[in-house]
Amino acid sequence: MEIAELEKRAKKIRFDIVRMLCKAGSGHPGGSLSAVELMTALYFDQLKHNPKKPDWEDRDRVIFSKGHACPVLYASLAESGYFPVEELMTLRQLGSRLQGHPGKDKGLPGIEISSGSLGQGLSVGIGLSLGFRLSNNSARVYVIMGDGECDEGQIWEAAMSAGHYKLDNICGVVDYNRLQIDGATEEVMGLEPFAKKWQDFRWEVIEIDGHNLKEVINAYRKAKEIKGKPTVIIAHTIKGKGVSFMENQASWHGDVPKGEKAEVCLNELGKCLEDLNGEG
Amino acid sequence: MEKDKSKWKETRAGYGEGLVILGERNPKIVVLSADLTKSTHANLFKEKFPDRFFQFGIAEQNMMGAAAGMSLAGCIPFVSTYAVFATGRCFDQLRVSVCYSNCNVKIEGAHSGLLVGPDGATHQSLEDIALTRVLPNLTVIEPCDVIEARKATLSSAEIYGPVYIRLVREKTAIVTAEDSPFTIGKANVLRNGKDVTVIACGPEVAEALLAAEEAEKEGIKVGVVNLHTIKPLDEETIVKVAKETGAIVTTEIHQVACGMGSAVAEILSRTYPVPIEMIGVKDRFGESGQPYELLEKFGLTSTSILNAIKRVLKRKT
Repeated sequence: MEIAELEKRAKKIRFDIVRMLCKAGSGHPGGSLSAVELMTALYFDQLKHNPKKPDWEDRDRVIFSKGHACPVLYASLAESGYFPVEELMTLRQLGSRLQGHPGKDKGLPGIEISSGSLGQGLSVGIGLSLGFRLSNNSARVYVIMGDGECDEGQIWEAAMSAGHYKLDNICGVVDYNRLQIDGATEEVMGLEPFAKKWQDFRWEVIEIDGHNLKEVINAYRKAKEIKGKPTVIIAHTIKGKGVSFMENQASWHGDVPKGEKAEVCLNELGKCLEDLNGEG
Repeated sequence: MEKDKSKWKETRAGYGEGLVILGERNPKIVVLSADLTKSTHANLFKEKFPDRFFQFGIAEQNMMGAAAGMSLAGCIPFVSTYAVFATGRCFDQLRVSVCYSNCNVKIEGAHSGLLVGPDGATHQSLEDIALTRVLPNLTVIEPCDVIEARKATLSSAEIYGPVYIRLVREKTAIVTAEDSPFTIGKANVLRNGKDVTVIACGPEVAEALLAAEEAEKEGIKVGVVNLHTIKPLDEETIVKVAKETGAIVTTEIHQVACGMGSAVAEILSRTYPVPIEMIGVKDRFGESGQPYELLEKFGLTSTSILNAIKRVLKRKT
């Protein structure tokens, strides 16, 4: 897909995220907005998938490990056609398939596994990757992680095993927005030297600007060509990207704009959409 | 029941035998280990099917998550480790990645309970029934002997969804025969009683049978139920024996709190309340010692069961 067209999708997804969170009245905007381009590039350009056949055996798998940021996952799935966009407005409501954190048992098409207890997705991805290798399935596995969740020991157990098994059908993606609930990642629990950690665990590392769609797509393409070891894309991003008062503010990790503030951000994002549509 | 100790065998051996049979039958079977391949008996599978054996090192959380992932790729993974690690070390991975996602993962909890012996309390899992029976979607089985352990392993692959199989390290009595029935979720009545029924799981089934024989000598007619499936519980059989005998003794090598006996009491208290005595470990950790010395010390042998039978009889109205 053309970059201009992808940008349009990204804007729409951002708008969906804020709209559904404002409606829900709770949730996690910061880490949803920082991952928009990472998810847009996957669902609209890179993934081998068919929204009409969500159970297709040979599809690429997206394991969304940073489960709290599921609004970006739900919006990406809905905009891809997995389910009606209007269903996004049921987020976090009683009986909804759009749980506060993804629940596989609720039957929402495109949800591969329940997640939300941080640090678990990479292991699931590694299991898929080993399983595909065993059955000669050429599907790829993408694991979307937060930076804060890399505090979890399980991430590094998983990283070690992917390096050990030389898994090259798995691509880790870290949304490195440098903020977690209690503040800056470096202050809460220093991750640096972050790239070196992954390299030391035998991973290929690609560092990019996670909001530059061209860079994001090139990174996914390059990862496909790396053989004999796993690849992680460390995407430098801005938490709350796209909403002026949310950008780089840890306080918007798990808080949702209400009243006037909600109108401000919907207007900001809505205007971006109109501008784009006007151009189109 | 086979009382000749030279023929006794550890239930974990039944798991190993079962894995090999499954491996031959079904190419989707894969086995995962966290540096305990020989003691979990997963080595039997590893030798025959090296391509379908996956070593994860001493990292159970990753292994449990990877098993969930492998099931999503169409495999039927058997996670092989000790009961303490399978349920305690990676409880959250078991809860979220496996059970909440209803992944088709089978879990071996080897070395459960006091029969671990000299290794002591860290390795004697007395909490794993409690930790597993509260998890939705998870089936929980404790086979009573090596034959039943093999059948449980084979049967676990026949049903979709996560299954926990609780096993022991020490050689234990052979209670069942090759042609004894085994269906997940269906308790086996080994002995019909009139006065009281002992409901047991794992190696305690043999102790219960010994206690019943002793009681018979004193004119007490004791029934024995092998409750190999702790979840889902066979409510029908439990209520039936409660009605027939009017008193229940439960026995398990596990904490009394939240164990198999508690599960039985939960059912009977709301359907057909009768006096219940519960044998198990009473709110303390284990310790080093020879396996059967420990059963004696913790009051889990046939003698203790016989005493409980007499106590519960006195409570019958």
